[in-house]
Amino acid sequence: MIEAKSICFRYRKEWVIEEVSFRAEKGEFIGLIGPNGSGKTTLLKILYRLLSPQKGEVLYDLTPLRRMKQKEIAKRIAVVAQETYHLFPFRVIEIVLMGRSPYLGQVIFESKKDLEIAERVMEWTKVLSFSERSIDELSGGERKRVFIARALAQEPEVILLDEPTANLDIHHQVDFLDLILTLNRERGLTIVMASHDINIASEFCDRLILLHQGRIYKTGDPHEVITKRNIERVYGCQVLVDQNPISGMPRINLMKKGIQNKSLERD
Amino acid sequence: MKIVTRKKVVVISIFLSLLLCFVILLSITIGSVRVPFFHSIKIVFQSVLGLRVGGNETEQTIILSLRIPRILLSGLVGAGLSVSGATFQALLRNPLADPYILGVSSGGAVGAIIAILMGLSSPFATPLFSFAGALLTVIAVLYFGKQDGKIHPNTLLLTGVIIGSFLSALIMFFISLSQKEELRTIIFWLMGDFSFSTPQAIFIILPYILLSTFFLYLHSRQLNLILSGEENAVQLGVDVERLKRITYLFASLITAASVSACGLIGFVGLIIPHSVRLVFGTDHRLLIPSAALVGASFLIASDTLARTLLAPIELPVGVITAAFGGPFFIYLLKTRKVIKTL
Repeated sequence: MIEAKSICFRYRKEWVIEEVSFRAEKGEFIGLIGPNGSGKTTLLKILYRLLSPQKGEVLYDLTPLRRMKQKEIAKRIAVVAQETYHLFPFRVIEIVLMGRSPYLGQVIFESKKDLEIAERVMEWTKVLSFSERSIDELSGGERKRVFIARALAQEPEVILLDEPTANLDIHHQVDFLDLILTLNRERGLTIVMASHDINIASEFCDRLILLHQGRIYKTGDPHEVITKRNIERVYGCQVLVDQNPISGMPRINLMKKGIQNKSLERD
Repeated sequence: MKIVTRKKVVVISIFLSLLLCFVILLSITIGSVRVPFFHSIKIVFQSVLGLRVGGNETEQTIILSLRIPRILLSGLVGAGLSVSGATFQALLRNPLADPYILGVSSGGAVGAIIAILMGLSSPFATPLFSFAGALLTVIAVLYFGKQDGKIHPNTLLLTGVIIGSFLSALIMFFISLSQKEELRTIIFWLMGDFSFSTPQAIFIILPYILLSTFFLYLHSRQLNLILSGEENAVQLGVDVERLKRITYLFASLITAASVSACGLIGFVGLIIPHSVRLVFGTDHRLLIPSAALVGASFLIASDTLARTLLAPIELPVGVITAAFGGPFFIYLLKTRKVIKTL
């Protein structure tokens, strides 16, 4: 269980996260949504202590994160962040094995057990077939799966995802999220996913946290959070909210300005 | 699965050590004064095995007091600069980084020039002054390059480059003040010079280079992680601030020791890590030992060419490292794909 207790954070003068409190129970799939600059990525970074909040604290199973060693955090919380640039590219197997790092400590070489774990998670994420390829030769979807494999090699209890579906086509988006959902449902992994894609968050997450200017605007299940009123307030643009006819989850529809006006007249 | 294992590192290191031994033996037998091949080999093995060294006394002096110290020193410096360069490239995440990029070498040069201008120029005082100058620079760059107690690679890089330029201005100022004889010594020093190699110099810098390399090797796996960004390393549980401090200090210590022993030898610390990376991959667990061994072989070979190519005139070794290393590196770069699949 991971819990944020009224955390506040600022890079310089202005607070970018203010009084944010929430709790992710074991096995929950939580979506962080909100417009650009609402603090989603910053909040994720605080959750694995890349950044430390100036006020409040993050607890992991009731232990304050600031009292844990970075290595201990990495054994419990894995991160799949937005793409980084690879100066000297590594191969897939090398990257997945890096996930064993928190367990190795000062040990220089991985053991046979580490290699077995790496192979196993590469099988789950279907990257085993190109494990010898260099990361810069892969497509966006393949790269994402490699980093999920790395995260799984950490044998974590929580996975933090930052915009995991950005730059993926719809096929790969669904593939990727199905994989995450399987890990969540079958292995009990807690997932916290920051996403720009409200519909994806609505479809896959148990609970959503809608951030607005560094504060929690609304939290609850997708039906409570994704309403025309909330979305229009927070994002500042007009949308039509209906339901996915099969899953029954709320769905937003974007409209160009002229159409918006017409629909408003009809209301 | 092809990954870097202890076995692979050991096997490749043994192979590269054999190559190094071959280069050393070859270099011992070549020189401006001709010592017959088998005489040289005999003298080496007799002295190594502690036997009474027979044969011509001039030949003995040339081999044991001139060539061997020089070869050992150039090997040590070549290994050190390559390890230091590879580390700086990872720490600063900049492929253009080399051991001298943060101004440590300029600090060492200022120290050495001060010793020369004060008339203290000796095989003992010059390195000492140089080492002190280099260490002061290391501390100054770290002090000014930190932000809120943290090392930011780009800030460190800028600070180092700017302090380096400031020190270069000092060097030019000193050069303009110097007399003709001093000038020659200074210029030779700035171009890198092994001709004053003494066994003492080797014993003084040996512990710095060996121990620093050892400590850097202990962190070689973490260096892999920081290469793809600090956030990445934090995600994988690395205490990055500690890692950056340690690697910065040990890599700088190697540079300081190397510079103090023989002046500024360019190119080795830039090109050897890149060449080795192209052949053996990016993993620092393999990169550091292979860069050390290849760097040692390369600088020994370069220095041997420098002292024999136009004998009795000696070329600055930097001329050779750049003239031969450059084209070879371009060749590796162009055939990279082929080499990788070997």
